[in-house]
Amino acid sequence: MLGWLFAAPADRRLLGASSRRSPTPWLVAIMSFSILLIAATGLALANTAGVLAHAIQSRYALEVPGGGSNLDALLTAVRNSPGVTSSEAVPESEMRRTLEKWLGPSAQSSELPVPALINFDVTGGANLNAIEQRAQAIAPGARIASHRDSLAPLLDSLTLLQWVSFGLVILLSAAAAAAVVLAARGALDTHRFTIEVMHGIGATDLQVTHLFQRKIAIDSLIGSVGGAIAAAAVLLLLTSGASFAGEMTGGASLGARDLVILALLPLALTVLATWVARMAVLRALREAL
Amino acid sequence: MAAVAEFDSVGLRYGTGAEVLRDLDFRLRTGAFYFLTGPSGAGKTSFLKLLYLAQRPTRGRISLFGEELTEAPRDALPPFRRRIGVVFQDFRLIRHMSTFDNVALPLRIAGASDEDVEGPVREMLAWVGLADRASARPPTLSGGEQQRVAIARAVINRPELLVADEPTGNVDAEMANRLMGLFTALNRLGTTVVVATHDVGLINATPGAQMIRLETGTLVDPTGSLRNPPRPAKGQT
Repeated sequence: MLGWLFAAPADRRLLGASSRRSPTPWLVAIMSFSILLIAATGLALANTAGVLAHAIQSRYALEVPGGGSNLDALLTAVRNSPGVTSSEAVPESEMRRTLEKWLGPSAQSSELPVPALINFDVTGGANLNAIEQRAQAIAPGARIASHRDSLAPLLDSLTLLQWVSFGLVILLSAAAAAAVVLAARGALDTHRFTIEVMHGIGATDLQVTHLFQRKIAIDSLIGSVGGAIAAAAVLLLLTSGASFAGEMTGGASLGARDLVILALLPLALTVLATWVARMAVLRALREAL
Repeated sequence: MAAVAEFDSVGLRYGTGAEVLRDLDFRLRTGAFYFLTGPSGAGKTSFLKLLYLAQRPTRGRISLFGEELTEAPRDALPPFRRRIGVVFQDFRLIRHMSTFDNVALPLRIAGASDEDVEGPVREMLAWVGLADRASARPPTLSGGEQQRVAIARAVINRPELLVADEPTGNVDAEMANRLMGLFTALNRLGTTVVVATHDVGLINATPGAQMIRLETGTLVDPTGSLRNPPRPAKGQT
């Protein structure tokens, strides 16, 4: 089935030295580089979204708009509620530091009311209404907010970005295929005389196609691997700069499964390029006699 | 006697132009030797293209080796082309390949291994006097040498039908005689030979050969009974 890939030296000489100056490896390398970076971004986004969704799945916040004069009592009430596995009060100083990013030094003003906040995790059997009622008995304005609801727009954006990445990978693959078709047609024009002679002597379309298919398969493999190596270098550089983002998302990164997918992409691109080249050459040859 | 080729009311036009060949009706007998003659522009090259399956007729029917091929699918033609050797007027050698590789091409296309190619190609190159030019590329060869390579490539496969378009146009008289000797030898082994030429001397030096004469796209003898060539007038070459 892959006999065409191992052509005899005499068959390789049919296309001559001019075919070694083909732009195909460069075109495929650029596409491979772009596809891998976008695919890696999409996979990292998927992992980030997964880590984030898992982390906030059972996490809630008890908010007391007026501030936390009785924060300790509230914390005890929450901690002792059935189904609560962990709870933590966010110190007022930390709240003010967070607000300072938007409000500047005025966030430290004692005139600025800062809500009290207790983050807590629950198991599946927890009764949130009961927890809220116990909190309201201590601080009437207290209410429970789900982290999942608060971060839903962010998770939706991450999901959208994953689909955008996937779409870009498809588009770039299509662009690579189109470039290979153009390269194959160019190669056919360059070698039209040789093809005519071969046909005249009794070569089949498949024999002629195999010459070009093999050439484009090798060019595409070189380009794909070259682009992949460049993309891997860029990803390694970016990894060190992404530690901050990693911390924010619980250290989400590319796993073994993702690396396998990324490693298979250049091979998939090579197979795609070879297949479209074969189809393009066969179609062009059939337009002859 | 069996026919290697049969043309039945064949016509050919390129695009929307006038017909360059009209109402061709004839049979080429298996094992016969034919000369195709006629003035320039008479349609000899178009005639040969129909014969070696480089062109389909725009009307009429063509059979080769007993098979009707006028509307044969594209994929069906290569096996028939392998049974035909062609010497093109412009040689049609692949410039970036060596003399050896050019001559070996029909064998390789037919699926011969490198071991099966080596001996016959060396022998053929020696026969056409190019044994020492096996690794030379066509642009470095003279016109006559290129023509001999083209002939070697056409006959290497022992074709059943050999079609040659002015095969001796670029060689000296001695080499022309040797090449015609090769064609005659192939013919004696059963190959049907069709040679397009203006060289009356060549025609008359080939005993038993028949002549097909084309004028303005039609056979001069509309009955299709192909005649023996006339003897040349005294002093005519």
